[in-house]
Amino acid sequence: MGEMGYYAVLLLGAWLFVCGVTCLALKRNALGVLMGVELVLNAANVNLVAAARYTPAFRLEGQIFALLVIVLAAAEAAVALAIMLHYYNTYATVDVDKAQQLRG
Amino acid sequence: MTLSDVLFIVVAAVAAVSALGVVVSRHIVHMAVWLLFTLVGVSLVYFWLGAEFLGAAQLIVYVGGTLVLLVFGVMLTAQGPFRELRTPPVEWIIGGVTAALLLLLLAVVTWQVAQGGTTGQQPPGVAAIGLGLLGVHETVSETTLSGLPAGNVVGRTPVAYLLPFEIISVHLLVVLIGAAYLARARRPAAFRTGSDTATTPLETSSPDLTPGSVQPAVVVSAPTPALPTDSSSSEESRQPPQF
Repeated sequence: MGEMGYYAVLLLGAWLFVCGVTCLALKRNALGVLMGVELVLNAANVNLVAAARYTPAFRLEGQIFALLVIVLAAAEAAVALAIMLHYYNTYATVDVDKAQQLRG
Repeated sequence: MTLSDVLFIVVAAVAAVSALGVVVSRHIVHMAVWLLFTLVGVSLVYFWLGAEFLGAAQLIVYVGGTLVLLVFGVMLTAQGPFRELRTPPVEWIIGGVTAALLLLLLAVVTWQVAQGGTTGQQPPGVAAIGLGLLGVHETVSETTLSGLPAGNVVGRTPVAYLLPFEIISVHLLVVLIGAAYLARARRPAAFRTGSDTATTPLETSSPDLTPGSVQPAVVVSAPTPALPTDSSSSEESRQPPQF
């Protein structure tokens, strides 16, 4: 598989990105929004690894950037869940449309 | 079509269908299960691309860490059995059309990107990644950078990634401390000292309490004072969180 392989993996990344963005836009549950963010970050990682495989200039950088993205995604999930638990403790709901004021 | 192609098609189909399942499923636990299959499929794609270390890291960090964190979040914020937050159908239509247009745009753009690719190369392997993260320059750096206009041939400089490695280490530490601080259990006593948001339900239920005094154990089950009382949404009985 030559550049068709590259195109196939990039298409998979595009599909994951579109699914993640749709999830971000449509879900009412805040945890669903967080899962959409995970999908988007995974799509970015798929693109990076595909570039590491098929582009000589990204032979090492693709994989290292993908590693950094994985770590940052884990940190982002931890902080987002903490904020969500705080919000749920305060308002007793996880509906994102109900989050209309930022009060301590 | 070789065996490798068939393998990629199967794995990518698993990841793509599961990602669609994350979008269309309504129950939050079903979404978590679909996300599990998506993450495993993406890690298998990494293995297929020759990035074994990344595939293993994806399995360990995402499937073993982030997804478990998400499932715990689902359990801690569960709002009764089979409670679902529904999206109106008109939003589904608008979102679907927008997503289809975005996918079309991305397919065209990635086709142009894929023209600059090669037929695949030997991936660097774990040793090169580890040395790069330790600050050792990669010895083979004669390849040219892509994405430049024709005629401009710029070689890659020797690169090392010790500084980003240290930065994300400190970042993880800061994030863990911040998350533990944010998600701490809020006690009503801490909520009432020096705060003007302590309102009626706690005070009227036990009028002998003064701000800052020691709480009796009964007050723990009282409603959280900061619940909004405008009651613009009365579709469910708001259960106060139990600690």
